[in-house]
Amino acid sequence: MNRKTWDDKRLQLLIANLLRAGVLLAAGIVLAGGLVFLARHGSEPFDRRAFQGEPPDLRSVGGVLRGVAALHGRDIIQFGLLVLMATPIARVALAVFGFLRQGDRLYVGITLLVLGLLAYSLGVGRL
Amino acid sequence: MSVVELTVLLGAASLVAGFLGALTGLGGGVVIVPLLTLAFGVDIRYAIGASLVSVIATSSGAAAAYVKEGFSNIRIGMFLEVATSTGALLGAFLAGVLSTHVIGIIFGAVLLYSAFQSLHPPVAAPCDDKQRDRLATLLKLHGSFPGECGKQREYCVQCVPMGFGLMFGAGALSGLLGIGSGALKVIALDRIMRIPFKVSTTTSNFMIGVTAAASAGIYLNRGYIDPAVAMPVMLGVSLGALLGSRFLVVTHARLLRFVFAGVILFLGAEVIYSSIMGRL
Repeated sequence: MNRKTWDDKRLQLLIANLLRAGVLLAAGIVLAGGLVFLARHGSEPFDRRAFQGEPPDLRSVGGVLRGVAALHGRDIIQFGLLVLMATPIARVALAVFGFLRQGDRLYVGITLLVLGLLAYSLGVGRL
Repeated sequence: MSVVELTVLLGAASLVAGFLGALTGLGGGVVIVPLLTLAFGVDIRYAIGASLVSVIATSSGAAAAYVKEGFSNIRIGMFLEVATSTGALLGAFLAGVLSTHVIGIIFGAVLLYSAFQSLHPPVAAPCDDKQRDRLATLLKLHGSFPGECGKQREYCVQCVPMGFGLMFGAGALSGLLGIGSGALKVIALDRIMRIPFKVSTTTSNFMIGVTAAASAGIYLNRGYIDPAVAMPVMLGVSLGALLGSRFLVVTHARLLRFVFAGVILFLGAEVIYSSIMGRL
């Protein structure tokens, strides 16, 4: 296969590899964060019956990143989950690029629209 | 119960759910929420958050394999994701407005329907026009997939507006309940748009990750995603689904499907009962 062409076949292969890498990376980070979390809080009693909502630092991308820098187990798990959420988004972005290289304007538009909806959800998030 | 004990139990239960979900093709997400709420007493909002996250993991993992084999139709997936993502945003919005009782009852109804549908697949085909749909041609949705003797088999796509509308509904249910709603997506692709079954199931799987990601951001911002609950569920379901896809060839899928449908039926009734009694 010609490395320079961006036909559907090549796009499929790139998307497949991206999805697999994203899930594996996310699972690894979640597992690492889980071990840190359990080592520190494992023996505490668990009560999740009442809904309080997560504290603000676990609710936004910025808050999670600050928590990761401080090596908080919960924030590392949350960061892994963010990587997981970013995987389909990266997949859509890759498709935008692929359709752009194919010169398929209609599908560049369609994929950009999906990308916008996803970015809105993760970025703004408050409907 | 300590955090470690709960993590191990949740992880083990999620592993079984992911394993059975992959074996039967019904997906693990649909049993995760009732499992967490009924058996572990987790608040339904945390349960939905954890389920949604695990749905992204399993669908992306499986989609990777299908896309590579050339079964998924990327254009159909991308185009219909406009509908599912918009629906998912609406669903996530409704999840914050509706009371947990109402969400529980809707969830139970979806469970009952999934169980029913997996045992009695609908046969009605509302659109039987053999001509190529003009909109589908404009959108370049017609495609081909690897057939039995190495040849590419071509197919046409029909009834695009109706399929698009049903996809919006599937997205809304996904965002409201934290499930993949793969069953509804397959109905839209297979029964309405008349896409070959293998292409329908794999393209549905391909779309589930993006649909779930559209509501996951809103869930995160609302504080529905609890790392202590989501961690064992996501890891357990993913590992279970991976194992399930390896065993797919050797086990009796028919019997399993029947058993799993029975479990879902029971869970659906239980969720509705608990919601009405105000215990969810």
